[in-house]
Amino acid sequence: MKLIFEYEEQTTGYLPDEDIQIDLPKEIIRKELPLPNVSEISTVRHYINLSKKNFAVDVGFYPLGSCTMKYNPKINEDLARLEGLRDLHPLSPDDCVQGALQLMWELEQDLMEITGMDSFSLQPAAGAQGELLGIMITKAYFKQNNEKRTKILIPDSAHGTNPASAAMCRCETITIPSDSRGNMDIDKFKQSLTPDVGLVMLTNPNTLGLFEENILEISNLARNNGTLMYCDGANMNALLGITRPRDQGFDMIHLNLHKTFSTPHGGGGPGAGPLGVQSFLSDYLPTPRIIKQNNKYILDYNKRKSVGRIRSFNGNFSVLVRAYSYIKSWGTDIRKVSEHAVLNANYLLTLLKDVYELSFDRTCAHEFVLSSNKFGNRSAMNIAKRLLDYGFHPPTVYFPLIVREALMIEPTETESKETLDRFVMALRSIADEIKENPIVVKDAPHTTSIGRLDEVAAARRPNLRWVIPSRPGDENNRDLKFQKPDKQ
Amino acid sequence: MEEEIGFTKEHEWVIIKEGLALVGISDFAQNQLGDIVSIELPKIGSKFKYMEAMAIIDSIKASSDIYCPISGEIVELNEDLLEHPEQINQSPYDLGWIVKIKPLNFKENIKEFTDLMSKEQYDKYVGEIE
Repeated sequence: MKLIFEYEEQTTGYLPDEDIQIDLPKEIIRKELPLPNVSEISTVRHYINLSKKNFAVDVGFYPLGSCTMKYNPKINEDLARLEGLRDLHPLSPDDCVQGALQLMWELEQDLMEITGMDSFSLQPAAGAQGELLGIMITKAYFKQNNEKRTKILIPDSAHGTNPASAAMCRCETITIPSDSRGNMDIDKFKQSLTPDVGLVMLTNPNTLGLFEENILEISNLARNNGTLMYCDGANMNALLGITRPRDQGFDMIHLNLHKTFSTPHGGGGPGAGPLGVQSFLSDYLPTPRIIKQNNKYILDYNKRKSVGRIRSFNGNFSVLVRAYSYIKSWGTDIRKVSEHAVLNANYLLTLLKDVYELSFDRTCAHEFVLSSNKFGNRSAMNIAKRLLDYGFHPPTVYFPLIVREALMIEPTETESKETLDRFVMALRSIADEIKENPIVVKDAPHTTSIGRLDEVAAARRPNLRWVIPSRPGDENNRDLKFQKPDKQ
Repeated sequence: MEEEIGFTKEHEWVIIKEGLALVGISDFAQNQLGDIVSIELPKIGSKFKYMEAMAIIDSIKASSDIYCPISGEIVELNEDLLEHPEQINQSPYDLGWIVKIKPLNFKENIKEFTDLMSKEQYDKYVGEIE
């Protein structure tokens, strides 16, 4: 498919006449600019055809484990597109944006109720930024208390962002292995819980989709050691209305609004990873804080202990509107979201565990991890590619790292029994194909516009930008020269 | 592979040659990792303790630490790997060697040497986890 720059009808370099007074020196105003210049119908067709090549949750089942690719209800979009919200300027005076401030304040209240925390900051623009903020707050808290604690305990099943956030804050990560039931190894945890441990970062349920059975013992041990507890809330979709992270002993949690609360996900964002904390940490949250005073909402910058701003304005506002819409649509029924997510995951697990291996044979939460190790090395990748031919997005593969040939499946609550049954049929059929006709799996996908990619070349020599094809006369055009093709 | 080769449980191999420990990863390890995309090597002169992470290999599957099998100082790197990390896949015991380590003190390191698995022991170990 052509790029929008490559249509024949384009007249690159066309610029409309100046119709405003520009106070710039003549020599720095371009006479030509290589922008696409395509008719409306060609533009529409281009992007519609491009979108047809994409796979999205609006196209088909998307069981990408650990990502919670749930359907994004369209009412969220209606709300986010209301003129009064859509057209707001971020620098409007507080008095003129009371509705928007109220919406954010109420969203904070709802997230507090769901998690049990005492205050929230909506600023972090992603889960990893929420983690970073959580560790920054941990450091500020111990500095205030004149304690030197630089170690962070993280189980080996954790998301890679956890140790990465720790490293960004110059903390040392101690990895705790998992035990035979997929929990964090409690004995190893006890051995590692020394007086210089500042934080324990846990995902609950963990990335194996298993609820941490020793969570209360772990948080009690941490508390008695003066260590804070951080919850990576990426898997909150299993817990809504069922258990609150605070009751499990966590002091902080980030939530991924783009996972649990149905805001669009993928393509690099924008996301939102609000951080909630218990009251003894509230003063460290970024400024401004949204506070309600005499029925008026104001932005409060006067927090001396705050770690400071970590994101411009108040995060990705339109994402916050969508999450607000989602939570208010469910109201007190939000528990059903998690009940159905857990039911769907266990339904799939039950129908697949005789064909694929299950490393930890337990009732799962909202997702589960199968292993295709018995089908050979690199089989998980082959199965993932073959699923594309069946019209499904593959599950997450090769994560978590502690399961070999891992296939991590998260159906989410929005999928019907019919869809789940079709997915089971596909995975069972692929297992048969591996035995009877392995080449069809090894060479998959066969039905997509591009087949098996060279992933090493894609990682080592990525082709990230379009280069203007050379045309007669280009060598004289100064503006075009800056985009010389790379040698590679 | 004429000199005696030893293996760690983390799948590094070690060959002692002229007082230096030549280190790489096993054929099993490279096969498990899949196609290797890049490697991050330590600095010459840096010192590592036994089983401390000293290098990072990125493959299409995952990012993995390479552990130091013999406490000591890095004296030589296989810098070819920076441009051609696929050599680890193609030739794990030869062109795919990663670092040369000067053991800090042979007497103190002796347990690290004796703990290494022989080729037969390692094959058996891999067979068990397969």
